[in-house]
Amino acid sequence: MKAIVNIFLKEGVLDPQGKAIHHALDAMNFEGVEDVRMGKQIILKLTSTNEADARKEVEKMAEDILANTVIEDYTIELV
Amino acid sequence: MKNVALIQFPGTNCDLDTKYAFEKLGCNTSVIWHKETTLPENTDLVVIPGGFSYGDYLRSGAIAQFSPVMKAVIAYANGGGKVLGICNGFQVLTEVGLLPGALKRNIGLHFISKFQTLKVVNNSNDFLQKCAKDEVLNIPIAHADGNYYIDEEGYAKLEANEQILVRYCDEHGEPVVVNGSVTSIAGICNETKNIFGLMPHPERALENVLGSEDGIRMLGGLIA
Repeated sequence: MKAIVNIFLKEGVLDPQGKAIHHALDAMNFEGVEDVRMGKQIILKLTSTNEADARKEVEKMAEDILANTVIEDYTIELV
Repeated sequence: MKNVALIQFPGTNCDLDTKYAFEKLGCNTSVIWHKETTLPENTDLVVIPGGFSYGDYLRSGAIAQFSPVMKAVIAYANGGGKVLGICNGFQVLTEVGLLPGALKRNIGLHFISKFQTLKVVNNSNDFLQKCAKDEVLNIPIAHADGNYYIDEEGYAKLEANEQILVRYCDEHGEPVVVNGSVTSIAGICNETKNIFGLMPHPERALENVLGSEDGIRMLGGLIA
């Protein structure tokens, strides 16, 4: 089983990298982009076969180190 | 003579400058490798110097917080011991939760390295006791992730408890936007005023021949 952890700055926390990308897209004349948020994705290959246990464990990883919950939100997807 | 312990992670690169600074101030210093699990006995001050611990991987300061020595630093700090984090050290202290808030990528995305004027916001603490309130100091900055963030509730607490140490300012003391920090904050302390963190590098401002000696008074306050 794999866990895909997506980490983004919280809504309302200014994302300087997303803003720079947005500016670049504007400069390239790509229209219709309202907002850009940049994050990171961490893919974990797990030994667990139990989805509930795995989710619990990855949530703890996200809270403890993968994300800084002062400024970041995360989502976990198990595949 | 005061005993200063300097924490060294893989990637720390201001340890020897900081050691030089505290030796110049007449202290005994020891550099403590991150694998150590204890601090030297009779430590009067712990300093986490600047650099790029663990290559800034994941987030600046994120991996260092789990180094063995950090357990000892946390216990020391929670016991009332004095701890100073400079630049990457400030990032480590916020990551580990000893200081509130977080440090994000600079608003312009650039690594900024230059002399910067700072306004002393509060001196009712050990660190800045030798500086005057509203005094303008000249101290180098060198960082990519110095954009201090704290939510409104946290900010109100910083204000109320006089925890804001310094703000980026112009030569007249007016706040300026350097890296996007909330209200131009450059350094803060905890509520009990024994844990200090700032992005600027006082250890690089020790001699006028190198541009400024304002760092001497800042660091000197901690060992007075």
